[in-house]
Amino acid sequence: MYKGQSGMWSWLFHRITGIAILIFLFIHIVDISLLSFGPAIYNDGIAFFDSIIARLLSLGLIVAILYHAFNGVRIICIDFWRKGARYQKVMFTIVLVATVIIFIPFAYFVLKPAFIPTVAWFFTLPTMAHTAP
Amino acid sequence: MLNLSKFYGGARPQGGGFETFSWYYFRISGIILFVLVIVHLLVMHVTTDVACTTYAFVAGRYANPLWRLFDWMLLTIALTHGMNGLRVMIDDYVRKPRTRIVLLSTAATLLLAFFMLGTITLITFQPVAGAQQTQTCVNQAR
Repeated sequence: MYKGQSGMWSWLFHRITGIAILIFLFIHIVDISLLSFGPAIYNDGIAFFDSIIARLLSLGLIVAILYHAFNGVRIICIDFWRKGARYQKVMFTIVLVATVIIFIPFAYFVLKPAFIPTVAWFFTLPTMAHTAP
Repeated sequence: MLNLSKFYGGARPQGGGFETFSWYYFRISGIILFVLVIVHLLVMHVTTDVACTTYAFVAGRYANPLWRLFDWMLLTIALTHGMNGLRVMIDDYVRKPRTRIVLLSTAATLLLAFFMLGTITLITFQPVAGAQQTQTCVNQAR
């Protein structure tokens, strides 16, 4: 195992997230092409995105996209900014922090529609026990 | 050919051929994608819950041809950016010439196929009459 430092890991994760996003893009182009088959079929396909597993996978995709985008900007800074190479490690820390920080509001919006029904369901549990008239 | 000493920002691929173009294309398309993808994520996940992005929602967006253009730009630039990356990965990991030809041809074919499928979907989409919001949808556009 090559003992590269943050530079190696930043490159490796850029590559991994890139492939992950590309594979998602293939699936996405196909599912949007269902539009050509009319509302019933398209809406059936979209219904999958309401499930909790799809929402969790979407969060994974969003993390991949955010990291790939921010690290891409870091790469551009390294290539086109005179002092870029000197600050590459600092920029990598910024990339990781920015990924986490920007991810949090996205996670909120993606999980909220599924979260509220789930939380509400928990609160109905005590009342379910008392069914005597 | 990397010229390390002369450049203000850093090394540049010097040959002037396809690899030089590819190097610049990654960075330019990446900047454009940064904007396009953020807007796309906001429209699809934040301002509207993803479960509400139904046929009727799409029909509303695609009534405006600028949204179709936006989506087509996203399709084209993301596909070419990604497939160029796939090409670089194949070049990095595959040594045997025949395997390279097979994989690179597959990548080119995938690029063409998905580009055509996406373009046809965007161009030919005409909303079917009477498409209603059939699903229960809690988070409408705010």
